[in-house]
Amino acid sequence: MASFKRRIIQVTSTIIGNGYFEGFAKGTIYRGKLKSVCFPGLNCYSCPGAYTSCPIGSLQSVAAGLKYQISLYVIGFLMLIGTIWGRLICGWICPFGFFQELLYKIPSKKLKMPKTLNTLKYFFLVVFVLLLPALSTNEVGIGLPLFCKYICPAGTLEAGIPLTIKNVALRGAIGIMYYWKLMLLAITIVFSILISRPFCRAVCPLGAIYSLFNSVSFYRMNVDGTKCTKCNICNKICPVDIKIYENANSPECVRCGKCVDKCPTKAIKSGYINEKKGRLNHEKILDVGCGADNCN
Amino acid sequence: MKDRLKYVLLIMSLVLTIAGIYRGEVAEVLQKAINICLECIGIG
Ligand code: SF4
Repeated sequence: MASFKRRIIQVTSTIIGNGYFEGFAKGTIYRGKLKSVCFPGLNCYSCPGAYTSCPIGSLQSVAAGLKYQISLYVIGFLMLIGTIWGRLICGWICPFGFFQELLYKIPSKKLKMPKTLNTLKYFFLVVFVLLLPALSTNEVGIGLPLFCKYICPAGTLEAGIPLTIKNVALRGAIGIMYYWKLMLLAITIVFSILISRPFCRAVCPLGAIYSLFNSVSFYRMNVDGTKCTKCNICNKICPVDIKIYENANSPECVRCGKCVDKCPTKAIKSGYINEKKGRLNHEKILDVGCGADNCN
Repeated sequence: MKDRLKYVLLIMSLVLTIAGIYRGEVAEVLQKAINICLECIGIG
């Protein structure tokens, strides 16, 4: 049931976030005031359908500009979302996360991602999103959004391809960088068929930011230690390959809720947990004992 | 402890967002977002 609800929310957020259909038809982008608001997931603001801004693109563009090296507005927004939901956004709202999930459904041999690659996303966040756009400026002091320029496959999928199909002027300007980004998108697609959510886990700087809030956010996961038998069913269906009974609010958990649905003893819960009372606030009573989260 | 931290973070996030709005970052974000980002699409 939760998985159906999640799918509906993923589809809805993708359509609402990219609902400016005129942009797709004409090969242009939406230019209204809503663009000053960030979308909580990774969604390129140059997508012809995008009504809002990409937070990662905005972070870089402010840092690359003349006035400020860091955007308080975008950092504050991301902190707010992270403090309330943590990586729930990755599992329920992010269109690029949804895209990878659909690709993983394509029947093929499936591989596990080495856990050490999880830390790579922090490198992309610090180096390509925070440092380089602010430091590598030209003679007049303007930098470049380097994560967007060299790495981001979402920009190619959501903006590069639809815009160059419809917009003759942009098509005429295609060069080596376009093919580089097309190749990165192709690699992301192939890996997403073989490995569950590889971009979210190893590359996404937005996931890296939200992951820092998983352990403190208002929305949280909880494992009731008195019910959990460590049968590992949760680990087998987990898209990010974690054992939730070891750390209920692991930075890697995208809070998709698959384990909540599949747990045979109903030991896993998610919701707005009041830590003092040791229970989810939508539950009347949580069985005796503390969950994995509260035992940290 | 964690309970208190999340309230501190909530307040900090609001303070930062308001400070960003106050120093004119909304216009800067808007300015970038309403023009096609050539770097994003692999042309710039
Ligand atoms: S631990 Fe559970 S909620 Fe978190 S990502 Fe894995 S299956 Fe989804």
